Amino acid sequence: MKVIIPSPLLSYTRRREVEAAGSTLAEVVADLDRRYPGLRFRIVDEQDHLRPHVRVFVNAQPARDLATAVGSGDEVQIVQALSGG
Amino acid sequence: MKRTRGDGMAPASGPVALLIATRKGAFILKSDGARRRWKLSQPIFLGNVVHHLVLDPRDRRTMLAAARTGHLGPTVFRSSDAGRTWKEASRPPAFPKVPEGQKGRVVDHTFWLTPGHPSEPRAWYAGTSPQGLFRSQDGGDTWEPVSGLNDHPEYREWMGSAEDGTPDGPKLHSVIVDPRDPAHLYLGMSSGGVHESLDAGRHWRPLVKGLEVVEQLDPGTLRFHDPHVVRLCPARPDRLYQQNHCGIYRLDRPSEAWVRIGKAMPKVVGDIGFPLTLHPRDPETLWVFPMDGSGVWPRTSPGGKPAAYVSRDGGGSWKRLDAGFPRRDAWWTVKRQAMSADAHQPVGLYLGTTSGEIWASRDEGRRWTCLARHLPEIYAVEAARPGR
Repeated sequence: MKVIIPSPLLSYTRRREVEAAGSTLAEVVADLDRRYPGLRFRIVDEQDHLRPHVRVFVNAQPARDLATAVGSGDEVQIVQALSGG
Repeated sequence: MKRTRGDGMAPASGPVALLIATRKGAFILKSDGARRRWKLSQPIFLGNVVHHLVLDPRDRRTMLAAARTGHLGPTVFRSSDAGRTWKEASRPPAFPKVPEGQKGRVVDHTFWLTPGHPSEPRAWYAGTSPQGLFRSQDGGDTWEPVSGLNDHPEYREWMGSAEDGTPDGPKLHSVIVDPRDPAHLYLGMSSGGVHESLDAGRHWRPLVKGLEVVEQLDPGTLRFHDPHVVRLCPARPDRLYQQNHCGIYRLDRPSEAWVRIGKAMPKVVGDIGFPLTLHPRDPETLWVFPMDGSGVWPRTSPGGKPAAYVSRDGGGSWKRLDAGFPRRDAWWTVKRQAMSADAHQPVGLYLGTTSGEIWASRDEGRRWTCLARHLPEIYAVEAARPGR
């Protein structure tokens, strides 16, 4: 599926749109980390929770839970939330 | 410079590199051999919150940076060419995952980096917020929690949780390796006290006798203790100095009782502050940079008049060093990692301010000059001797 990457993570992917596979958001993020090592820990903490200033949308709907099911036709967007000046 | 005793006793020469960590990136300010001309690098990791940038004194090429951003989680970047190129750690410091339903700890940022003993050339230690101690045995590429501290029930209580401690989180800092013994470690916890291990971190015990705590609280309660920074004398490794939330202290081992040497400071200035810097060869000489700890704790230079203070007799007496600093209306703060000494003769002193200025003295604090301004808020300054 298509994954849209926010600017803070472009140092890993070098591209705004990348491909990743998985049947849940957790699997998609794990696949992204295989393709772009180190990316996962920047957005998911060691207790497997999304970090506070990271948001994920599936087909434009907010998804806070990494167990959220996704399909190959879905579009996943990772977004940087506000974090101060 | 190497930290073995023989090398530590010989004055250094040649260029000095100031490794500057700021709230919005890192910088390297490098001098000529005379320490007269300085050149500032371009920003490194611009926009990253960098808490500490450290050159490995064992090879003078390996450099680690503790970084995070407003959005992204904490990591460690590594350079093997003194900061020219960087790679990310493949396993940054992180607490173990806990079973579902339990509340696990999450590293917010790595706050402190310490190179290991010369006999363990790839070893490094890291202190984090919330408080945890981590160790790398591969030059900072992968990090393991030091369970003997992080998971000890009493230490968990003394460390508190992410909500406790300083406004941007409780810090584990001042990780010190005894230059004579790689298994002998000290560290500071803000809050939580000063602690010692004799077996490379498997077991720890408090070292807080003689230290005062705020507001008549019980000094027997470890979580009330707030060491701001602890330093071990390179010229006398049985001597430690400490700038604490409640004064300046000295400890001469094997004694376990800290002595409040800050009582000899002028009453109008007091002995509250963040940084403390030691002479590389003279165990009687140390410098501090007092701040205003009155009322609501402004944590600025007292009266808006910045000054370092030096003691040449192990804290028995102090002398004000303010020549060159603004005479008034300067309301900045120097944080605990932001004051450093080189190993030249005379010793060079360097400090970074919360207002983004670097100040230096080539003569042990007698005269200060501003080397750089308009940087982001400065968290740490390390004076290093770059490799060739």
